[in-house]
Amino acid sequence: MSHKGKIAVASGKGGTGKTTVATSLAVTMARKNQTVPPLFLDCDVEAPNAHLYLKPDWLKRKVVSMQIPEIDADQCIHCGLCADTCQFKALALVGEKVLVFPELCHGCGACSLVCPTNAISEKDNPIGVLESGSGLYGIQFARGVLNIGEPMAKPVISELKKWALPEQDQVMILDAPPGTTCSVVETIESADYLLLVTEPTPFGLHDLKLMLELARMMEIPHGVVINRHGIRNDSIEELCEQLGIPVLLTIPFQRKIAEGVSQGKHLVDIIPAFEEKFANLAQTILETIAANKAVVGSTHEGSRYEGGE
Amino acid sequence: MKILITVQEPDIKSQVDPRFGRAKYFLTVDTDTSEWQAHPNSAVVQAHGAGVAAAQWVSEQNVQAVISGDFGPNALRGLQAAGIELFTFDSQQTAEEVVESYRQNKLKKY
Repeated sequence: MSHKGKIAVASGKGGTGKTTVATSLAVTMARKNQTVPPLFLDCDVEAPNAHLYLKPDWLKRKVVSMQIPEIDADQCIHCGLCADTCQFKALALVGEKVLVFPELCHGCGACSLVCPTNAISEKDNPIGVLESGSGLYGIQFARGVLNIGEPMAKPVISELKKWALPEQDQVMILDAPPGTTCSVVETIESADYLLLVTEPTPFGLHDLKLMLELARMMEIPHGVVINRHGIRNDSIEELCEQLGIPVLLTIPFQRKIAEGVSQGKHLVDIIPAFEEKFANLAQTILETIAANKAVVGSTHEGSRYEGGE
Repeated sequence: MKILITVQEPDIKSQVDPRFGRAKYFLTVDTDTSEWQAHPNSAVVQAHGAGVAAAQWVSEQNVQAVISGDFGPNALRGLQAAGIELFTFDSQQTAEEVVESYRQNKLKKY
């Protein structure tokens, strides 16, 4: 199946404007191509907020569960093999009882495999939900929501990506969580392009460097958007120039933008001149994706990363 | 009676370690014979679940009481399931002082 591309929007530092950029990109693409509007995945399952901008009508829902071990005390011979096998220490043999610690469990199932008396069965433990629906301008919207108190976001994100699939020739935009943790890695894994939103502050710069390292390690073509441009002088542009990473867009630090975004408005509506900038951004990204696919297609050993301009 | 104290160095005169799951050493003391033995805590290498691993190890040592600064929720559950009595440090600075307080019934129950 060929689809036009999977674009992940991430940042490193939280609050730089990922959702603002990702939703404006989706809205611009949907307005320009009404036959196949993009699929938008809100992968920030701990604090989803993209629905505030894309306003979906919810149509489908699915519970996400992890498999947690349950010990049958009658069958258990307290050999301790399950506890020894568990690399996450979610099981402990104390006296003649096996204790299960669900928050540490990663659902790998190794314990139930090694138990010599089949005393371990796997019980469904709901950890979150997946929701999808139809948003503004025909944008297909899907998100995951982690239950409050659950420590592990990654399984919900990976289920979301398997559940909400793009159609042929449909662009998919993934709004990543903040940070550079395994939630982010799970979100951006197998993306065709990584758009990094940063801001010219010390934390913005520091966390951008972490994301750039991640992007290089995962071999995903990437480019930068500088938001709140003008807020300080921190040298994002110098860094990008040194590393040969394209700065595809800058968004100025303006009260008007913050006000509009806080009211659920799209950046491309708050400042209409941005509609064209986002259209160009979309085109640049899609052209880069297409160029890379051509390289990979023609030479099997070809490097995935072609770079920006 | 065999008791266990979390300590920073492998010695009866060592400063106590306020942590349980990530304590540097576990010192077991036989309060009848005054014999003691220091064990490095192998649970410290765990990125997660140190409390669980430490509690399981301690539960295998045949001690009746554990004295530390505090116990995390997972360690607490494990130790309580093992039926071990738990105490916390007060003014004691060294393992020796803890043993003395234990003998005089002056330790604070957790």
